[in-house]
Amino acid sequence: MTPTLSVRNLRVEIPTRHGVLTAIDDLSFDIAPGEVLGVVGESGAGKSITGAAIIGLLEPPGRVAGGEIRLAGERVDNLAPAQMRRLRGRRIGMIFQDPLTSLDPLYRIGDQLVETILTHENIPAAAARDKAERLLNEVGIPAAGQRLASYPHQFSGGMRQRVVIALALAADPALVIADEPTTALDVSVQAQIIALIKRLCRERGAAVMLITHDMGVIAETADRVCVLYAGRLAEIGSVRDVVKRPQHPYTAGLMAAIPSLADDLGARLAQIPGSMPRLDAIPKGCAFHPRCEYAFDRCVAARPPLYRTAAGEAACFLHDPERAAPAPAEGAP
Amino acid sequence: MSETMPAAEREGSSEAEAPLVRIEGLTRAFDLSKKWLNRVLEGGGRVMLTAVDGVDLSIGRGETYALVGESGSGKSTIAKMAVGLLPPSAGRVTIGGVDIWRERDAATQRRLRRRIQMIFQDPYASLNPRWRVGAIVAEPIKAFGLIAGRQQREARVGELLSLVGLDPRDARKFPHEFSGGQRQRIAIARALASNPEFIVCDEPTSALDVSVQAQVLNLLRDLQERLGLTYLFISHNLAVVRHVATRVGVLYLGRLVEEAPARTLFAAPRHPYTRLLLDSVPDIEMTGRERLPIAGETPNPITPPPGCHFHPRCPFAFDRCRVEAPLLKPVAAGHLAACHAVEEGTI
Amino acid sequence: MSELAAEADVAPAPRPAFRRFFDSDMFHSFIGSPVTVASAVITVLLVAGALAAPLIAPHNPFDPASLSITDSLLPPVWSHDGTSQYLLGTDDQGRDVLSTILYGMRISLSVGFASVLLAIAIGVPLGLIAGYAGGAVDAAIMRVADVQLTFPAILTALLIDGIARGIAGAQAYNDVVFSVLVLSIGLSFWVQYARTVRGSVLVEANKEYVLAARLIGLRPVAILFRHILPNVLGPVLVIATINLALAIITEATLSFLGVGVPPTQPSLGTLIRIGNDYLFSGEWWITMFPGITLAVLVLAVNLLGDWLRDALNPKLR
Repeated sequence: MTPTLSVRNLRVEIPTRHGVLTAIDDLSFDIAPGEVLGVVGESGAGKSITGAAIIGLLEPPGRVAGGEIRLAGERVDNLAPAQMRRLRGRRIGMIFQDPLTSLDPLYRIGDQLVETILTHENIPAAAARDKAERLLNEVGIPAAGQRLASYPHQFSGGMRQRVVIALALAADPALVIADEPTTALDVSVQAQIIALIKRLCRERGAAVMLITHDMGVIAETADRVCVLYAGRLAEIGSVRDVVKRPQHPYTAGLMAAIPSLADDLGARLAQIPGSMPRLDAIPKGCAFHPRCEYAFDRCVAARPPLYRTAAGEAACFLHDPERAAPAPAEGAP
Repeated sequence: MSETMPAAEREGSSEAEAPLVRIEGLTRAFDLSKKWLNRVLEGGGRVMLTAVDGVDLSIGRGETYALVGESGSGKSTIAKMAVGLLPPSAGRVTIGGVDIWRERDAATQRRLRRRIQMIFQDPYASLNPRWRVGAIVAEPIKAFGLIAGRQQREARVGELLSLVGLDPRDARKFPHEFSGGQRQRIAIARALASNPEFIVCDEPTSALDVSVQAQVLNLLRDLQERLGLTYLFISHNLAVVRHVATRVGVLYLGRLVEEAPARTLFAAPRHPYTRLLLDSVPDIEMTGRERLPIAGETPNPITPPPGCHFHPRCPFAFDRCRVEAPLLKPVAAGHLAACHAVEEGTI
Repeated sequence: MSELAAEADVAPAPRPAFRRFFDSDMFHSFIGSPVTVASAVITVLLVAGALAAPLIAPHNPFDPASLSITDSLLPPVWSHDGTSQYLLGTDDQGRDVLSTILYGMRISLSVGFASVLLAIAIGVPLGLIAGYAGGAVDAAIMRVADVQLTFPAILTALLIDGIARGIAGAQAYNDVVFSVLVLSIGLSFWVQYARTVRGSVLVEANKEYVLAARLIGLRPVAILFRHILPNVLGPVLVIATINLALAIITEATLSFLGVGVPPTQPSLGTLIRIGNDYLFSGEWWITMFPGITLAVLVLAVNLLGDWLRDALNPKLR
């Protein structure tokens, strides 16, 4: 079955005065129809840039410098701006982080929805209005018919994000990219919104690329997850595996650092020493080696490729099947 | 307004040691009315926003009191009132026996200010971008006249920077040369510069990445142990609170709805809102635990629901909840909850 | 202790100031724009010319004794009747146009700079106070500003000029004319600074670093000048540059109208006025050269201001 989204060896570069920065370096993954892939990483790891590259909204001077992006089998990374614009919204929907700025404050919700629908479908205005009302109902906004006439500022944060989701789904896209959709919302609302995204996309068979720094959200929502570090793929696999049996030392460190209700009361949090390198100071070899407690000579000399592991794939020499020493027992990478 | 009760009974301890920080009946209302002329011409009455409504709490020396709430709960307003940045509309804040808002003697006020500090949420806005790090950290030292000589001050700044895990040479740099986590460390160094006893931490790690958050939280703990600090820790993240708190207070629309020692709150939460918050913490262990049905959002604080503010979202609400605001009542030693259903024993 | 320090991130050592300057994005955006570099060069040349006027001007047009009425209305050197003694010709009093331009620019530039400085000295503190104090103080200052704005700059200048003349009398007036000019032009421009600074202060005053300063008990004046002022100066610099051009034009206009500098110390504007009367009888050089100089100076300063505004754009922060 053709994956909805197929990214192969993606490379994104940002030319600056001081040299060319590689924001994304050789990233590959697939998302099947109806699947939710979580893209997880900390600030500067490149997860938002990945989303921007796929939808063609990279901020100049950033550019896609290599690799392929395929949507349902067709290449989309080399399209002309006009073609890309037709694609956006129609086949790729996007949900941004801040619902306050995603909606135009000067136009009614109904008008914005209808505008989006009419841009991608050739139907009469009345039909578009009906569809808009149905969409608002689907995303759980009460009294949808009347709320069409409201302005964004008349909605609460969670409601606004629901409207943004409705906008993203208006043209029935095959792929939905959600960039930190719940970060700006209250914690009690986050769960509702995440559940909504998941349910709607499942119903429509849309693939979802869920970009977030919050592993907790991923654990509850995603089917598979890929972990980014300094623009590179550290690990990819099913959510259950990556969360419970992380194979890459960074993922393991990240999971250990996340505070959880199951931890001992008042316990010290496990921490990873140092911080993620800036794009202009990525170490040679494995980008994570200066912070890694398992690092050895090879890690400094060469960049590890993706190796198959028991739970997916990880870019770590510990998983080289030809390594002399056996890999550490389960429970540690 | 909750009933006043002896401090010892509240804290569940039998010692009578006076708490370092005592907040009583703290209230703050904001007047959001339109100007008089507008009201006359357009109609409409006064619009008051009661951000904080009669909050009582105390913090023992060396403890960490975690104040948990979402947006609109009033937690930041309480933080500002507790450190002397925003005057309360009613109520008292007593630190080390001194009422910070009624104290008139300038010297006492100054001594008091030295003992209180705050760490803010946004590491990008809490440091003056035009000042060097060394000057930022040295400012409290200069303001309180703690160290006279410039060289000694610089040495002390170097010590403070090392204490938070930075290099003393970083004093020459500007804030924008540092990452978010490092800036928060600088903010902590600044907070420690006046040798305070009480620090209010207003969501100190909410803007930081997970691995950086772990570093900063561990740093705050270590400093508390080393220096005997007392924290008022404000957060919306219960998982974080679990790692730092001695005692937890849950805030909803300006009122404390539950207060308990950390162990008890996490093991046996009573108030439906607390349970909602606990359920909202993502299940990273993937235990598939039971969740209460979640509904609605925090209402507009300007027009809160009558009676118990939480009743529209509460699965256990009944008639009494709609008309009568529940008071904080004890449910166990040191454990209080403001809920009619809890009081009547139905949940 | 070592455990805490173990997580210390190794940040690169600080670089010296001049290195930071030449490495900076701002410097590179400057070098990268030929128009900006050209404007800067022209401005520097003109300012240098004005400063060095006593040294490089062939004559001193302000000294009545050195003037010779017989040399009046001579055309530029390349014309039929021109002489190399007066490269750009002379005006109706026998003043060398080139020298008068050089000396005149001194007046234009010094009045321009001084009035901008005065406007800043009035506007910035008022803006700081209005933004930080809020309430009635803010309202009062802004109403005064509104009233000020209803008077066009020229009108304000004429008003003050007239009052000054009335008070001082014709003789004494000549002694204070420059101060009056600077005062009148400065008073018409302070409002922009006050408003811009007030807006910036409203934003900065809510930031946590200001809260941190209040927390340790700093007085409002100390907070305003030590913390907030450095952060609101960016837009002030941009306005000042563009304002400078406007101030120069205003002074020229006033001199053109005859209410600026005294006729014995002509500025660019005065020359243009004098030449205006002779324009149609064929002596074009008296208006043309000062006019071109004025236009070039103002254009160069404006372009520099444009670049500065873009370079200091917060997007770069």
